[in-house]
Amino acid sequence: MDEISITELETTAAQLRARIVANSSQSSTPHLGTCLSCVDILTALYFSVLRINPEQPRDPLRDRCILSKGHGAPALFQVLAERGYYAHEKMKHYGEDGGIFAEHPPTPEYLPGIEAATGSLGHGLPIGLGMALSGRVNRESYNVFVVLGDGECNEGSVWESAMMASSQQVSNLCAIVDFNKWQATGRSQDILSLDPLVDKWRAFGWNAIEVDGHDTAALLEALSKFPADNHKPTAIVAHTVKGKGVSFMEDDNNWHYRIPTADEVELAKRELGIEG
Amino acid sequence: MRNAFADELTMLANSDERVVLLSGDIGNRLFDTFKSVADGRFYNCGIAEANMMGVAAGMALSGLRPFVYTITPFTTTRCFEQIRVDVCYHKAPVVIVGTGSGLSYAELGATHHSLEDLAIMRTLPGMNIYAPCDTTELRLIMREVMQDNAPAYIRIGKKGEPNIHSSPPALKRGKAIVVRPGEQVALLAVGNMVAETLQAAEFLARQGVAAEVVSFHTVKPLDAEYLAQARERFSLLVTVEEHSRIGGFGSAVGEWSVAEDSRVPLLSFGTADEFMHEVGHQAYARKRYGLTAEHIAAQVLSRLSQQQS
Repeated sequence: MDEISITELETTAAQLRARIVANSSQSSTPHLGTCLSCVDILTALYFSVLRINPEQPRDPLRDRCILSKGHGAPALFQVLAERGYYAHEKMKHYGEDGGIFAEHPPTPEYLPGIEAATGSLGHGLPIGLGMALSGRVNRESYNVFVVLGDGECNEGSVWESAMMASSQQVSNLCAIVDFNKWQATGRSQDILSLDPLVDKWRAFGWNAIEVDGHDTAALLEALSKFPADNHKPTAIVAHTVKGKGVSFMEDDNNWHYRIPTADEVELAKRELGIEG
Repeated sequence: MRNAFADELTMLANSDERVVLLSGDIGNRLFDTFKSVADGRFYNCGIAEANMMGVAAGMALSGLRPFVYTITPFTTTRCFEQIRVDVCYHKAPVVIVGTGSGLSYAELGATHHSLEDLAIMRTLPGMNIYAPCDTTELRLIMREVMQDNAPAYIRIGKKGEPNIHSSPPALKRGKAIVVRPGEQVALLAVGNMVAETLQAAEFLARQGVAAEVVSFHTVKPLDAEYLAQARERFSLLVTVEEHSRIGGFGSAVGEWSVAEDSRVPLLSFGTADEFMHEVGHQAYARKRYGLTAEHIAAQVLSRLSQQQS
């Protein structure tokens, strides 16, 4: 893929947001807030960072990316289509009985571009760690990225994995936390104390980088520091806003489950500068 | 069995670079030879079984053939969700090995008993379940699972189990092995209960009853072919397992019987629906639950005489 400019990435992200909002309305799929908070992260990864070829989705040398916060799948499905893994047309029957596009990613054999079927939280980082270690065993130099939610960091398995990645010096593993400060029923900090999240990763032996998760240039700058040459895995704590990009959804946790009306879709598109 | 496992795995690793071993902080020194043969393919995953199982799945999805090894409850019930989602949902060829199964570690208390593992593992789509009766079957099963590209669970004992097979039998997944032929009653045993069941057959022989003893080294898929001909040959099928009578091998045979409307009388031996709160070694615990040759033989005789009256 040719070098892509920051502006092009931002335009792509806006288009993806519009598609995600419209699809949520058409298919009555929830989790809009969490999808919109991770769009810029996924765009930076899939359109600039990952060494992937959508025509060779099982290439053993490809970089791997796991959306561990599986309820962000409606965003991932749009990203994979836009990136060329399949046609947007394939999602025409989104959410319908008998299909594969719903609220969480299916297993890899059912959709190219998917590395792991997530949805039960706390599974992606261990699986990603296993993939990263395999690269070492097989002497392959690919990188593994795992996108986590902040609520997901409630799960003990995330921290089990963090310790092992550190003791094994798995420097080809990068965890990115979509830190939108909310989980299903409230503020993540109030439910289980997460702060100081950056220090936690550092204390677990990782390189920890804090970044504005909606600033594409800053995200790319942070991602360029991975893999580090100090044998440590890298954690990027990306500060994000749930519902980002649509004023009436931003930081409003009702959009964890709410479905937008047709009028709200139009309003959102206008705000995103997307026609039609 | 532990030593045979380590030895066989070392041989497999020597001939197949995909073999990796993940241990949950047990087996001190047990895997020294493995480590020397398979440099960089041994991972002590610490006391963090959920992560260990996920790591294994990630490795299997990347073309490796991971074996996951720790004490049975910790490699089954402790991380069941990871087995369900990461391994089975993804059809990842992870080989899960539980050591000290059943009542092998009776004296360590109920935290270390595994009397539910067959039950829960059986519910998982695509999971193959093995329970070797001795080191010979264990080695053959390990070679067998390497031929399959599928999830597997191998339930093994500890050490010092008697050898059942004097020479390696032909072993195929889902094909039970008759270890003692007989005509009157079939005693179908799983794993470490095969030895005790052979003794029960000995007791029965002294009473003039010719019992067939079968090693069901594969609990899933169940050998329906053997069962289909056994229902014609015997008036009673007996299941023996060091596992709860709920959900294990006996239940599997019961499910088969219902599905086939076999109407063949069944008698099952296993542990009761309770936790064992008192201390005791394996022999004590087996006696407590009627898992002794004497008790099995007596119960079988009693059932057979009821059938005749």
